[in-house]
Amino acid sequence: MKKENRTTGVFTRRALLLGAGQIGVLGVLAAKLYQVQVEEGARYATLAESNRISARLIAPPRGRILDRFGTVVGGNKLNWRALLMVEETADVGGTLDAFSQVVALQDHERARIDRELHRRRRFIPLVVREFLTWDDMARIEVNAPDLPGILVDVGTSRLYPEGPNLAHVVGYVAPPSEGDMGDDPMLALPGIRIGRAGVEKFHDLKLRGRAGAVQMEVNAVGRVIRELDRQEGTSGQDLGLTIDVELQKQVLSRLGDLSASAVVMDCRNGEVLAMTTTPSFDPSLFNSGVSQAQWVEWTNNRRAPLINKATSGVYPPGSTFKMAVAMAGLDNKVIGPGDRIVCPGYLDIGDTRFHCWSKYGHGALDVRGGLKNSCDVFFFELARRVGIDRLAAMANRFGIGVNLDIELPGARKGLMPTRAWRQSHGHAWGIGDTVNCGIGQGYVEATPLALCTYVSRVATGRAVQPHVTRTLSGVMQPGVQAADWPSMNLSERHLQLCREGMFAVVNDAGGTAPQARLGMPGMQLAGKTGSSQVRRVSRELREHGNFKSENLPWEYRPHALFVCFAPYDSPRYAVSLVVEHGNAGATTAGPLARDIMVDALTRDPVNRSEPQGQKLADRS
Amino acid sequence: MINERRLIRAEPSFGLTTKLFQISWIYVLLICALAGVGYAALYSAAGGSPDPYASKQAIRFAFGLVMMLCVALVDIRIIERLAWPLYGVSLALLVLVLRVGHVGKGAQRWIEFGGTQLQPSELMKIALVVALAAWFHRATWERMGNPLFLIPPALMVAAPVLLILKEPNLGTAVITALIGGTIFLAAGVRWWKMALVVIPIPFAARVAYGYLHDYQKARIETFLNPESDPLGAGYNIQQSKIALGSGGMWGKGYLQGTQGKLNFLPEKQTDFIFTMLAEEFGFVGCLAVLGLLLLIVLGAMAIALRCRHQFGRLVALGIGVNFFLYVAVNIAMVTGAIPVGGVPLPLVSYGGSASLTVMFGFGLLMSVHVHRDVEFKDRRED
Repeated sequence: MKKENRTTGVFTRRALLLGAGQIGVLGVLAAKLYQVQVEEGARYATLAESNRISARLIAPPRGRILDRFGTVVGGNKLNWRALLMVEETADVGGTLDAFSQVVALQDHERARIDRELHRRRRFIPLVVREFLTWDDMARIEVNAPDLPGILVDVGTSRLYPEGPNLAHVVGYVAPPSEGDMGDDPMLALPGIRIGRAGVEKFHDLKLRGRAGAVQMEVNAVGRVIRELDRQEGTSGQDLGLTIDVELQKQVLSRLGDLSASAVVMDCRNGEVLAMTTTPSFDPSLFNSGVSQAQWVEWTNNRRAPLINKATSGVYPPGSTFKMAVAMAGLDNKVIGPGDRIVCPGYLDIGDTRFHCWSKYGHGALDVRGGLKNSCDVFFFELARRVGIDRLAAMANRFGIGVNLDIELPGARKGLMPTRAWRQSHGHAWGIGDTVNCGIGQGYVEATPLALCTYVSRVATGRAVQPHVTRTLSGVMQPGVQAADWPSMNLSERHLQLCREGMFAVVNDAGGTAPQARLGMPGMQLAGKTGSSQVRRVSRELREHGNFKSENLPWEYRPHALFVCFAPYDSPRYAVSLVVEHGNAGATTAGPLARDIMVDALTRDPVNRSEPQGQKLADRS
Repeated sequence: MINERRLIRAEPSFGLTTKLFQISWIYVLLICALAGVGYAALYSAAGGSPDPYASKQAIRFAFGLVMMLCVALVDIRIIERLAWPLYGVSLALLVLVLRVGHVGKGAQRWIEFGGTQLQPSELMKIALVVALAAWFHRATWERMGNPLFLIPPALMVAAPVLLILKEPNLGTAVITALIGGTIFLAAGVRWWKMALVVIPIPFAARVAYGYLHDYQKARIETFLNPESDPLGAGYNIQQSKIALGSGGMWGKGYLQGTQGKLNFLPEKQTDFIFTMLAEEFGFVGCLAVLGLLLLIVLGAMAIALRCRHQFGRLVALGIGVNFFLYVAVNIAMVTGAIPVGGVPLPLVSYGGSASLTVMFGFGLLMSVHVHRDVEFKDRRED
């Protein structure tokens, strides 16, 4: 029995030991649980939330672009497209091959898809084909079992009802490139477009709006269980332009197939009513992808349809520049309002002879007469007296050679040379350069928009800035009232002299542009011609006598320019017109600009047809 | 009074009614409570529905409960005589599973048995306990001192452990070895002899590591640094810890857990069922469940201590340790304290095999309790 007891005793001791050990182990586990659940609980709770919640972006509709009367010039239309959900197919290549059997994919489309497959994160659907027709969709739906991962859905795409008429102002949208990615997660959404030119680009962020997000509870394989939270995005803002589409179209029909650019501006406040460039292009082509052939045609076209000539075409302003020279002379008191300069038909500076356009000379002219006759010698002499830097300062005040802050990306500021500019290019400024600038030749370059701004400022004496944005989300932007714009602080008497000169150009007997007379009762037009050489006319040609620029090849002919404002006694509209290689400002550009001015003056918005925008139910 | 009762108990056989009365109903209640916790957890795991887990589990438990009570009424001496056949059958099944077993999760562990899957290694653990208890039952203190006497039981442990390792099922093999070792210890094998066997094990393990399957190595590697590969092998541990941790002190509330319901928890209804509870009831709920489990473990110890014969004591202790190891390994596993190893939480995890064998073990435990005072005829000393 003692032996038995000994075994029992050992058992009892060891069993108790074991029991204690078991309590100890469970105690340690409890401590571990405390550590994970209570001490680190917050961290794991966050992880659990991020586990189950998946956010998806919803793209808001892009804001519309309207003209000043509400006509839609940039809207949205439904776009049926085939998307590939990469995660839902085991064999991406096989699915795409099968898709090709149904809706033929071009090689470049396959290449793009392959590129995006490598670039994008797998859970973001990839656009296989956009702008599906009903036939395409029917074929895809019928063959759906053979097309795992292919999904047809509807997005929006950009619609430009006015097409080429307003292409350079509105611009266009295109898929974002790799460089555009990153800042806005919305850009990763399939089929998204961003503004690439014109106001589409300038106001891209406002038009784009902010993406909304849906927070969804997902399970471990990403299937959506339920929607937890929905934050509606901010839809893109509607953008109202200052452009009057009907006027724009009238101006375009005036320009016909010339390579030209005309700008119509409300000279009281700088609103651009029409900004035309011919030839133009169809902006919706960029939306669906530009073909190689189309691209080659555009880039090889000497008339550069893709360039907005109104803001990016720079031309020597020629004689249209002479008001700025006159103002520089008057303001710097190198000539008095009644002082005269004698024109013998030429001006000798050193051993160089500068010719007036009239080889017989104009005799003694005051400022008004100088402008009326567009006497070159008068302005050679004036420029010589003022000097280039004071001339440049005045030209800049009128908007020539400075950045005009127009809302159109790619706008150029032209060039108003100075001594410093010339020296920075490693050359000394010569007096001959100054003299050439006096008639808007030489280095001076300006865009049609700058010329229009310049004329507006001459007409009103206010430093109006050209702009095309009128409303955002229906809210009027500042700058509508004339009083919104500061005075130029130039002598009204001096400005009036220039205006009188411009009036005389058109309306006085012996003016250079009688063809541009308005012919409307009670209203007169004041304007200035310009013909700017693109090639130096050699002495030999000049003395040959029967030199005619019409006989030159097209690209060597001078540009024809005309700037004007009307009505003369209460300036309302300013027009600038540049006809590339149009020979003479007076004969080619003058009557055209006059016609454009008549269109602007006789526009009657009340009687216009219903805005097309109301028929486009493109935003529900 | 005491003598009188002893006399009654000493009878070779006593009435069924008396036996039923002798069953520790409090202990049965604890087991039922644990099954209730399991039912609640499985109900939640199915997203608040008795199907597909909870209802089936309840039926299985009812079946197990009846089986347990039946086993409880079997005379412990008969069980002692059946120890060797039971061990033999279990060993044969282990060999069989290696030949015809179903491959599940990269190992041959299951055999189809009457429409249900049977995991022979689970049965083996009970059989080993009973067989070792039968072996040590008659050992005198002197014989325990004889090393040669210890060689057969050592082989009895080694044979199933090696077979289970070959499946391969590292976790169960280690648990089986631990159970065997515990019985040795409780039977009175000297500490130094135990040490002689145990100390070389780490070195042997170092060598054995080279022979492990890649997935087993991966588990151990992941254990050492679970967050290094959160979407690979570490996913289970990481998600499990997220579920535990997000439960916090008080839990998200019953049926409010997200990790399990959204299938982030792998095997949420089986091995990781504890995390469901932890997420929904928090640390406090976990402590309550741990308390219940501890009561069941210590209850088995109490029954062992209360028993008057060595066979019963060893069986009760072995059953208790078996249950304890399930619990400890499972919870250590889900908290990331040890590598993941396919060990369920008995009666709570969904699954038949483990629950039934555990209930069978509880049946034996009850039988020990009912027959705690019976006397064995000492055949050897006859």
